Amino acid sequence: MVIAVKPESEDPSASQGKGLKAWLYKRLPVKEFIETQATGYYAPKNFNIWYFFGFIAIVVLVMQLLTGIFLTMFYKPGEATAFDSVEFIMREVDYGWLIRYLHSTGASAFFLVVYLHMYRAILYGSYRAPRELLWLFGMLVYLALMAEAFMGYVLPWGNMSYWAANVIVNIFGTIPVIGSTLVEWIRGDYGIADSTLNRFFALHVVAVPLALLLLVLLHLVALRRTGSNNPDGIEIKANLGPDGHPVDGIPFHPYYSVKDSFGISVFLVIFACVVFFAPTLGGLLLEHANFEPTNIFSTPNPITPSWYFTPYYAILRAIPDQRLGALLMALSLVCFLLLPWLDRSPVKSIRYKGPLSKAFLALFTVSFLGLMYLGLQEPAGIYILLGRLCTGGYFTYFILMPFYTRMERCKPVPDRVRFQAHA
Amino acid sequence: MLKLNRANPGLLCAGFAALWLTAAATTASGADASAAAASAPDAAASAPAAQPGSVQAVMAMAAKAAQQQLADKKKKDEEERLKGFGADWESWTPDNSVADIASLQRGVRDFAGYCRGCHALKYVRYSRLAQDLEITPEQLQTYLLPAGAKASDYVASPMPAADAQTWFGKVPPDLSLMARARGTDYLFRFLTTFYSDPSRPTGANNLELPGVAMPHVLSTLEGVKVAVFKTVNKEPVFDHFVQVAPGSQSHEEYLATVRDLVNFLDYVGDPSQVQRRTLGVRVVLFLLAFTALTYLLKREYWKNVH
Repeated sequence: MVIAVKPESEDPSASQGKGLKAWLYKRLPVKEFIETQATGYYAPKNFNIWYFFGFIAIVVLVMQLLTGIFLTMFYKPGEATAFDSVEFIMREVDYGWLIRYLHSTGASAFFLVVYLHMYRAILYGSYRAPRELLWLFGMLVYLALMAEAFMGYVLPWGNMSYWAANVIVNIFGTIPVIGSTLVEWIRGDYGIADSTLNRFFALHVVAVPLALLLLVLLHLVALRRTGSNNPDGIEIKANLGPDGHPVDGIPFHPYYSVKDSFGISVFLVIFACVVFFAPTLGGLLLEHANFEPTNIFSTPNPITPSWYFTPYYAILRAIPDQRLGALLMALSLVCFLLLPWLDRSPVKSIRYKGPLSKAFLALFTVSFLGLMYLGLQEPAGIYILLGRLCTGGYFTYFILMPFYTRMERCKPVPDRVRFQAHA
Repeated sequence: MLKLNRANPGLLCAGFAALWLTAAATTASGADASAAAASAPDAAASAPAAQPGSVQAVMAMAAKAAQQQLADKKKKDEEERLKGFGADWESWTPDNSVADIASLQRGVRDFAGYCRGCHALKYVRYSRLAQDLEITPEQLQTYLLPAGAKASDYVASPMPAADAQTWFGKVPPDLSLMARARGTDYLFRFLTTFYSDPSRPTGANNLELPGVAMPHVLSTLEGVKVAVFKTVNKEPVFDHFVQVAPGSQSHEEYLATVRDLVNFLDYVGDPSQVQRRTLGVRVVLFLLAFTALTYLLKREYWKNVH
C-alpha cells in the first residue's frame, strides 16, 4: 500500500500528486475544510474561562451518543422489563455500571455546561446582532435537550420516572380545548403506561438525537458565518490586518484547539470525580425514589424533577392556578428566545453596560438559582413566598430590559479587545 | 476465608466454656465470639491442669476477680437499661464500610439466617456474592446455597407471595436496592428501633417505620425493649427505650450485627462500588497528569500571542 506522507502534504497543490492522500483530496475537500474551519478560522484572542463551555458541550454530546449506543444494546423498553434491564446493566454487564453512570452523569453535565454557555452569551451580549440566529439555534438545541433529558429520565421506569412523567405530561393537559386529547395522544394510553415508555424510547434514541445533531450543526454553521463574540463585545472583523485577517484574531487551530484541550481536561477531572466517587450525588443526579420500581399506588413525596428543570418547575408551582402556571412556565422559555430584541443597549458586553443592567442581571442570577433550589423543596411556608418573589425577579429582568438598557449611561467601548499576554 | 464465627455452635460453646474457665484472661466486657473461639484451644489445654496448690489459688483468685468484674459490668448494664437509651436514635448511623470483606461475610451469613426466609435479592446471584465476598465454592455450597440451588441462581426467598400477603398483609419487599432507595441510615435505624408493642399483630412496632408489618426477627439477638413515650401537646412522643429482657448479644454486639447486615445491603445495592472507587483513583490521577500536559502545551503555543 502506498501512503504518501511528507512531500505531498508540503506541496500546496497536494491534490495534484500521487498516493492515497492525493487520491482522497481530489475527491473530498478535506484540505479546504481544515483551512477554512480550523487553521483559517480566526477567533478573538481574548476569550476567558466562559468560552470553554461550548466545546465541552460538544464533547459531552459525543460521549452521550457513544454511551447511549452501548446502553441501547442491553436496555429493554417495556414496563415489565425496563427496570430489570437497567439493574442487569448495573450488575451483570461488564463495566455496565460505568457506561450507565457516564450517561446519567453526562446528562447533568450537559445541562451544567449549557447553562454556563448560555450565561456567557447573556454576560457578553453574544445574542445581539448579527448573532440572533446563532442564539436561536442554540435555544432550540436547549429545548431539544430538555425533551431528550426528560424522556431519558423516564426510561429506567423507577418510581420517580413514572410520577415525574405524569406531572410533566399533564402540563400539556392545561392547554385549553385540545389539552386532554393531546395528553392522551402523547401517552398513547389513558395513563403513563407501556406504550408511553416505548415511544419515549424511540424518541430518545432516534428522533430527538437526530434533531439535536442537526441543530448543533446549524448552530456551528451560523457561528462560522458571524464569528465568535468576545468578552469585550466588539467585532474583531472591523479591524483587519494587511493579511486580511482580524488583527485581534488568532487561528482556531492550533491556539484554541490546545486551549480547549486544557479546558476539557479540567472538566474531565471534575466529571470523573462525580462518576467514580458520587454518581448519585446524594440523590441529586439519581434520586433515591428512582431505585424503587414504578408503583402507581405510591407517590414519592415530594415529586421533584431533575435539578436542571427545577427553575421552571418552581415557576409552575409559584402560581396557584395550574393553567396560568403552565402558561408562565412556557413564557419563561419564550423570554430567552426574545432576548436579542429585548436588549436595546448600545453596547453588548456587561463590561461596558451601566449599573442598571448589572443590577438586573444580578437579580436574574439570584432568581434563577433561587428557583432552582426552591424547585427541589416542598412548596410550603416561606418557600411559597420565595418562589413567587424569584418568579417576579426572573420576569422583571426580561420585561424591563428594553427600558433599563436604554436609560442607563454606558462606558466607552475600546477599539481593540483587551488582552493580557502570558508573562 | 469465610469467617463463620457465630454460626458454628460447637466453636461457640467451646468459646463460652473458655470464657468461663479463663475468665481472668478475657476481661469479659467486650470479648466477642471470635476472640472467645480463638482462645478455645488454650482452654482445652489448661482445663485439666491440676497444678500445685499455689497455682490453683491464683487461678481461683483470678476467677473470682473476673466474676466480680462480670457482676459489676452486669450491674452497670442493668443501671443503664433502667435509665433508658435511644433518645438520640434519629442521629444513629451505621458508619459501615463496603470495603470491609469480613463485615460483608458476617452480613451475608446473618442475611441468610435471619432475612432470606422472607426477603429475596432478585438481582443478586450467589456466584457474584461468592466472588466479591471471597467465599470459596465449598463454603458457598455448605453454608449459603439452599438445597437444590445452583451457584448461578439469584438469591430467592422460599416464602410464596400469596402466603406472605395472608400472614403479614404485605409481601416482604425485595432488598436488592433497599439501601439505595432508603439509605443505610434508614436501614440501621429500622433494625435498631424495634420495640415491644402488644397492640400490634406481631407484638412489635418500630420508630423508623411505625406500624411495620415485619416482626422483630432479630429479637433473639437483641432481646426485648419497650418504648417510653412522653406526652407533648396531647400527642405521644417517643422519649427512650428500656431493655426488659436480654438477648443473646450485648447491646454493642447487636449494633455490630446490624452494622454488618446494613453493610451487606449497601454492597448489594451497588456491588461494583469498591471496584468503582479503585478505578476512579487511577482515572483521576491519569486525568490530572493529562491536565498538566495540556496546560503546558497551551502555554507553549500561546507564547507568541501578544
